[in-house]
Amino acid sequence: MSEEILVSTLPEFDVLYSDFVKKDERNGYEGFIVEPSSLKEFALSARDRWGYDYLSSVTAVDYFPDQFEVVYHIYRSLGGGALVIKVQIPREDPKVDSLYAIYPGSEFQEREVYDMFGIVFTDHPDLRRILMWEGFEGWPLRKDWKEPYYEEEFKPYASRWPNGVAERIEDKNPFGDNVQYPKGFNPETWIPSGEDALYMGLKRPDKLDGVDSEYVVVNLGPQHPSTHGVFRMAALIDGENVVDLKPVMGYLHRNHEKLGERNTFLQIMPFTDRLDYINSMSNNFGYALAVEKLMGIKPPERAEYIRVIMAELSRIQSHFVAAGFLLNDLGAFFTPSLYALKERELILEVFEAVSGSRMMCNYFRFGGVVRDLPEGLFETIRQLAFNRLPRKIDEIDEFLTGNEIVTTRCIGVGVLTADQAIALSTTGPILRASGVPYDIRRADPYSIYDRFDFDVVVRYHGDIFDRYLVRIEEMRQSVKIIQQALTQMPEGPIFEGKSQYQVKVPAGESYGRVEGPRGELGYYVVSNGQANPWRYHVRSPSFINLTSLREMCKNEKIADVIAILGATDIVLGEVDR
Amino acid sequence: MAITGLIKGLGITLKHFIETYTVDLKDGKKRYNTPEGIKERSSADTKGIFTVQYPFEKVPVPEAFRYIPFLVFDESESGEKDIRCTSCGICAKVCPPQCIWITRSVNPETGKPVPKPAKFFIDIDICMNCGLCAEFCPFEAIRMDHDYEISSFNRFDHHIYDLDKLLKPAKYYAKIHPKQYAEEEAARIEKEAKKAAAKATKPA
Repeated sequence: MSEEILVSTLPEFDVLYSDFVKKDERNGYEGFIVEPSSLKEFALSARDRWGYDYLSSVTAVDYFPDQFEVVYHIYRSLGGGALVIKVQIPREDPKVDSLYAIYPGSEFQEREVYDMFGIVFTDHPDLRRILMWEGFEGWPLRKDWKEPYYEEEFKPYASRWPNGVAERIEDKNPFGDNVQYPKGFNPETWIPSGEDALYMGLKRPDKLDGVDSEYVVVNLGPQHPSTHGVFRMAALIDGENVVDLKPVMGYLHRNHEKLGERNTFLQIMPFTDRLDYINSMSNNFGYALAVEKLMGIKPPERAEYIRVIMAELSRIQSHFVAAGFLLNDLGAFFTPSLYALKERELILEVFEAVSGSRMMCNYFRFGGVVRDLPEGLFETIRQLAFNRLPRKIDEIDEFLTGNEIVTTRCIGVGVLTADQAIALSTTGPILRASGVPYDIRRADPYSIYDRFDFDVVVRYHGDIFDRYLVRIEEMRQSVKIIQQALTQMPEGPIFEGKSQYQVKVPAGESYGRVEGPRGELGYYVVSNGQANPWRYHVRSPSFINLTSLREMCKNEKIADVIAILGATDIVLGEVDR
Repeated sequence: MAITGLIKGLGITLKHFIETYTVDLKDGKKRYNTPEGIKERSSADTKGIFTVQYPFEKVPVPEAFRYIPFLVFDESESGEKDIRCTSCGICAKVCPPQCIWITRSVNPETGKPVPKPAKFFIDIDICMNCGLCAEFCPFEAIRMDHDYEISSFNRFDHHIYDLDKLLKPAKYYAKIHPKQYAEEEAARIEKEAKKAAAKATKPA
C-alpha cells in the first residue's frame, strides 16, 4: 500500500467488518455505526491495522427520546481525514466499553461524557464526575434536564417581545431553585465523598528504598497563582518527587454546551469568544467552519484571507503570552511577560479596529466576516507583519532562549515521548514538541491554508524547553503566513449577499476543526434543521491536553510541576467550559 | 555561568530605562497628554515608555468599538424626538443573552400595534456587548456606544436602562460613528430619490 493511499483514503469498514459495522446512512451524517459489544475489537484493529492511532474527540448526543449515541473522531497521526464511529445505546441504563486501554487519551473525555450524560464506561479506571461537583444530581446535557432559572427550550424567549418588561431573574426567585440536590441531601451533614475517591485514586507504589517514610498528598490550587485561574492539582509526593498527580477542574464550569443548545446558531458565535478568551479569533474560526460545512457554503476570497490573517495574529499574541507567562512560572516575575504583553497590545488594537472589541471579537459570520478592514488598518497590519513582529520575536528569542534559568529549569523536564503524546491525545505545541509533526493546517487543511508556504514546527525532546521553542518558531511561521496573505489578498466582497440573523442549517452533523494556538480546536454540531443546534460540542485543546499532565509530572520535582503546567498553556475558560 | 544571564537581563531593563529618557528628550512635551503622543506610543516603531496614563490620557477608540447599545432618535424641526425604533423586535430576538425587553405601543382606540416602542429595557449587567443587535437592526435605530466609563456603586438602581437612558440623538451617533453614519445617510438619500423618481414616473 503506498503512502498516498494510506493517508488519504478511508477503508470501507462496513464491508471489512460487516458483522458489527455498518455505514451511517442518515441524511447529512458520516462515518460508521459500530455494535456496542464489538467497540473495543473494532477500535483495536482501527488503531493497529489501519493506523488510526490518534483519538481526537469523544462525545455523546442525546437523541431524545430514542437513544444515546457516543461519537468518536479518530485520526491518523500521519494526517488525513477523520474516522467517525458511533455507538448507539439505549437511554435506560446506558453502558458502553471504555476505550481507555486502547486510547488512554479518552480518559478525561469519557469522564466528561459520564458527567454530562450519565453514560457509564465500563472498565474506566477512574469514572467520577469531572466538571460538576460530586454531590450534583442529574445529567446536565440530557435533553430532559432543565437548568436553574429555566425559561424556555429555545431562544429567543417569548417574554422579551412584544410585551417585554425587564425583570431580574434573581428578584423573582432569590434563594430557591438555583441548585439541584439529591433526595435527602442535607448540606449541614454532607461530607464530600469525591475527595476520598480522588485521593484513593492516586496510585501509591510500594516503597523500594527501605526508608521509613510516607507519601504525602499536596493540593496545589484551586487558588494558586501558578494555575492561571481556578484549577487544582492533587499531587502525591514522596519527599520532593511527584509520584502521581490528578488535575481537578470544573470550578469555572458554566455548561457552555447546554447554553449552545438553547441559543440559535448565530447566537453561539459571541459565546465562543469566551472559551479561550486569550484568542477568540480562532474560536470563531472553528465554529464558523463547522456550521459552514453543514450549510454547504464558502466565504468569498477576501474574507478567507482576512480570516487567516486574524487567526494567525491571534496565534502570535497567544504564543507571546504563553512564552511570557512561562517565565512567570519559572520565577522571572512579570518582566518578560510585560514585554510580551506589549506586543500583544498592538495586535489587540488591530482586533479592536476590525471587530470592535479587543478580546471578545465575535468577528466571523457564516459565509464571511462582519466588516472589511477599516481605512488604514491594512497598513498597520503590514507594519506589524513586516517590521515590528519579526523584530520583536527575535528579541524575545534572544533574551530568553539562552538564559541560564530558562535552560536549567526547562531542558529535560516534563518529558513526553512521541508515543505517549499520540496515545494521550495531546495536540498543538505539546504534540509537536514531542516529535510528531502534526499540524491540522497541513495534515487536514481547512480554509485556504493549502496556499501558503510555511513549515510545520517540530522538536524532538518533548520537554518544556522544546514546547517553548516550538511556540517561538510558530510565531515566525505565522508571521510568514500573514506576509503571504497580505501580498496575495484580493479586493472584493467580504460577504456573499446579506448577513442573516436566522440561518437555515440543514439537518446533519459536522465536525469543524482548526489548529488553534493550544492545539486542535474542534466543534461538533448536530442540526435537526431547526433554528437551534440539537447538539453543540467543543473539543477543547486545553482540557484534553491536561490528560497528559500526570505523565509529564511523574518523577519530577514538585517545584517543576508549576513550570510543566505553565508550558501546557491552559486557559481555564476553555478547560471548564 | 549564571551571572551572564543576570547581567544581560538587567542590561535590557536598563536599555529600556534609558530609552525612555532619550525619546522624551527628543520628542519633548508633545509625547504625553497629546493625541499624537498616544498614537506614537501605539505605533510599530515606538520606543521607550509604552503605557498610556489612564485616566489622564485615553487611547481613542476605533469607530467599530462597541459597548452597551443605545437607541437613536432624530430631532424634528419642532424639537420633538423622533425615535427611529419601530419595535420590530429583531434586536430582542437576536440578542444572545436575551437582555433586551421591548413593549410594543398599541393604539388605544383600534387596539392595533403602532410601530413605536412603549417601553424598551436593556439590562446592562447581562449585555455581553456582542453588537449583534446593532448589526441586524434594519432601521439603523440601535447602535453601539463608545462610552465605556459607566461604573456605578449600586447595580440594582442603575443597571436596567430604560428608554430615557437609552435614547441619544442622531448627532451623537454621527459623532462617534462618522463613516458608518455617512454611508447610511447616503444610502437613505439615494433610496428616497429612487422612491420619488418612481412616484414621478408612475402617473405618467
